[in-house]
Amino acid sequence: MESILLLAHTEADGTLAKPALEALTAALELGGELTVGLVGGAVEPAANLAAAAGARRILAVTGEPFTQPRYSTDAAAAEAIARAAGAAIVLAPATARWARALPGVAYRLGGRIDTHATGLAERDGAPAVNRWFYRQRMEAVLTRTARPWLVLLDAGCFAPWSEATPQATPARAAGSAQVEFVAVEAPQSRTTVTGIQAPKADEQTIRPDAKLLFVAGAGWTKKQPDGAVHVEEAQLLILGALRGAQASLGGSKSLVDLSGEGQAVLPFMTHLNQVGQTGSTPRHQKGLSTCCHGEEPHVVGWRFVTERRAVNLDPNCGWSRGKADVVYVADAFAVVRELNRLLG
Amino acid sequence: MNTSLQIVVSGSIVPDPLQTLEPVTSPGGPALKNEMMLPAVLDPWAAHALYEAAHLALAQPGSKVWLVSMGPKAKLQQVMMTVAQKVPFELVALDGSASGFTDSFATAAALAGAIEAIPGLDKSRLLLFGGWESASRGAGSTIQMTAERLGITEQFQGVDRIAVREDGSFEVLERIEGGRHQVSVCTAPPAALGWATGFLPEPRNNPQVGMANMKTVMPALQRAKAATAADAGLRFVSVSLPKQQRETRIEKNMAPEQIAREIVAWIREE
Ligand SMILES: Cc1cc2nc3c(=O)[nH]c(=O)nc-3n(C[C@H](O)[C@H](O)[C@H](O)COP(=O)(O)OP(=O)(O)OC[C@H]3O[C@@H](n4cnc5c(N)ncnc54)[C@H](O)[C@@H]3O)c2cc1C
Repeated sequence: MESILLLAHTEADGTLAKPALEALTAALELGGELTVGLVGGAVEPAANLAAAAGARRILAVTGEPFTQPRYSTDAAAAEAIARAAGAAIVLAPATARWARALPGVAYRLGGRIDTHATGLAERDGAPAVNRWFYRQRMEAVLTRTARPWLVLLDAGCFAPWSEATPQATPARAAGSAQVEFVAVEAPQSRTTVTGIQAPKADEQTIRPDAKLLFVAGAGWTKKQPDGAVHVEEAQLLILGALRGAQASLGGSKSLVDLSGEGQAVLPFMTHLNQVGQTGSTPRHQKGLSTCCHGEEPHVVGWRFVTERRAVNLDPNCGWSRGKADVVYVADAFAVVRELNRLLG
Repeated sequence: MNTSLQIVVSGSIVPDPLQTLEPVTSPGGPALKNEMMLPAVLDPWAAHALYEAAHLALAQPGSKVWLVSMGPKAKLQQVMMTVAQKVPFELVALDGSASGFTDSFATAAALAGAIEAIPGLDKSRLLLFGGWESASRGAGSTIQMTAERLGITEQFQGVDRIAVREDGSFEVLERIEGGRHQVSVCTAPPAALGWATGFLPEPRNNPQVGMANMKTVMPALQRAKAATAADAGLRFVSVSLPKQQRETRIEKNMAPEQIAREIVAWIREE
């Protein structure tokens, strides 16, 4: 196998987050001489871990300008490390930070990039990448002859590496990693990262690590069999289910669009919750759809939700047509009321 | 101070999301079955970028919006009939493939070339917009590479909001992990922004805007140069549809309490 560079940005304490550890597993499984490139304020814990995992070289760019998740500095750091490493294959986790910066780096290096890789395997001595096209409608396996070839790996596709991982072949004793610091002049940047906007911890409805995705559709805001709408109760029921099941909240486009139009519906629901064609494609083991019709542009966002159940009044909804494992033809208000009682 | 902007939106066309898509093998590599017959729409996230561009241009007097689009000429023309009614823009068309199986490196080269050739474009006031990912290739890499070719190194992805301030600096909200937004301030253009959904609803069709746009759309289509997004080093080993059909169990006669019990047991299973 050709030489591999794994690029990772470190956390504030110098460690690697889960997506980077997953990418490390992918790199080790692929084989090939491994260089680990680190970017961040502190890198020592990550460097020790990389050494324990068997990295031959550890390169790092540190310094205040490189702590900000910002295109110009991230691209400069990644470019310098890639040039110093000279590896044919560059792997990185598909974090927001690398997804922003690495495509431009591929251009600077005269290489190519594939993003959202969901699989990586050796094929005739070279890597072959699995990725989806047309919003998760079809899966391709592809290879390239251009080098360097940058590949961004989607989270959740590889097990995170740990010291207990059997393939660990320590190159050096842990704790004594030799780090080569790559000197990079921070580019003049006109951008300053000023902060993060996030819902308060107890109002955060998006939980990527939750086992269950609870999806709410526009039906929650529609006239019910009694001829009235029950948005307030819907709100309480949905939030109750999220709390009880420790679930992450997804929504259909129809529902989140209503919220955006300033109507008094489900204030906690935004476009960030939207699942599907123009929304997200979250990874959860289980998904429960409620009051959502299960149309194709919505269901493509469920590609990586393994077990699927739906509650819908309409026995002919999209879910019934081979898109869910179980469809309960029932009133979601009544079902979720009971569900919350049992979970509470 | 002059805070007028020159906003170039790059966005292509994709099959209508309600269509069923099937991959086929063509001499040029993978393609979609009946690709030329499938109804197309402006790529959704690029469409949001276009609406945001028009909104921003209105708020910054003296600004102008271009839409740079690469696709098969005939299909572009069909889609522009609708898109032209939404907001004012000048079209720059490239006659080439809009397939998801083309490569972003080559696509970016073609787009950057077309943008460089826009007469009188003032790069110091340039904002390059696009969707953060297409609904075809879904790579999220074209805007960055196009921007690099244009020498733009202030870049943002997954953008939901831009707010231009009086001094010409602007604040940008980008989507990051866990349903959060990163907030940045950029002191001045040029910059590149790959848009997510933003906060604007889709504009209504406006026939007057449509008529004004069509005056430049038709000549732009006639002028459209042939462009290629081929990459000789890219080889598809396979393209396949997922096993889509599940054996759905449909329960029509269970009481809500019974259903809830079953769901709780299922949630608690490992
Ligand atoms: C370009 C484009 C992009 C799109 N992108 C997306 C996307 O990213 N995500 C997405 O979701 N959609 C997307 N769509 C829209 C999609 O086609 C559907 O319109 C949308 O998913 C419908 O949402 P819904 O199922 O919540 O609403 P509806 O179609 O209104 O369905 C409501 C459902 O609720 C059920 N219901 C009502 N009351 C109850 C009750 N008490 N108990 C149980 N069930 C009840 C009804 O039977 C019905 O099935 C896109 C469309 C286009 C054209």
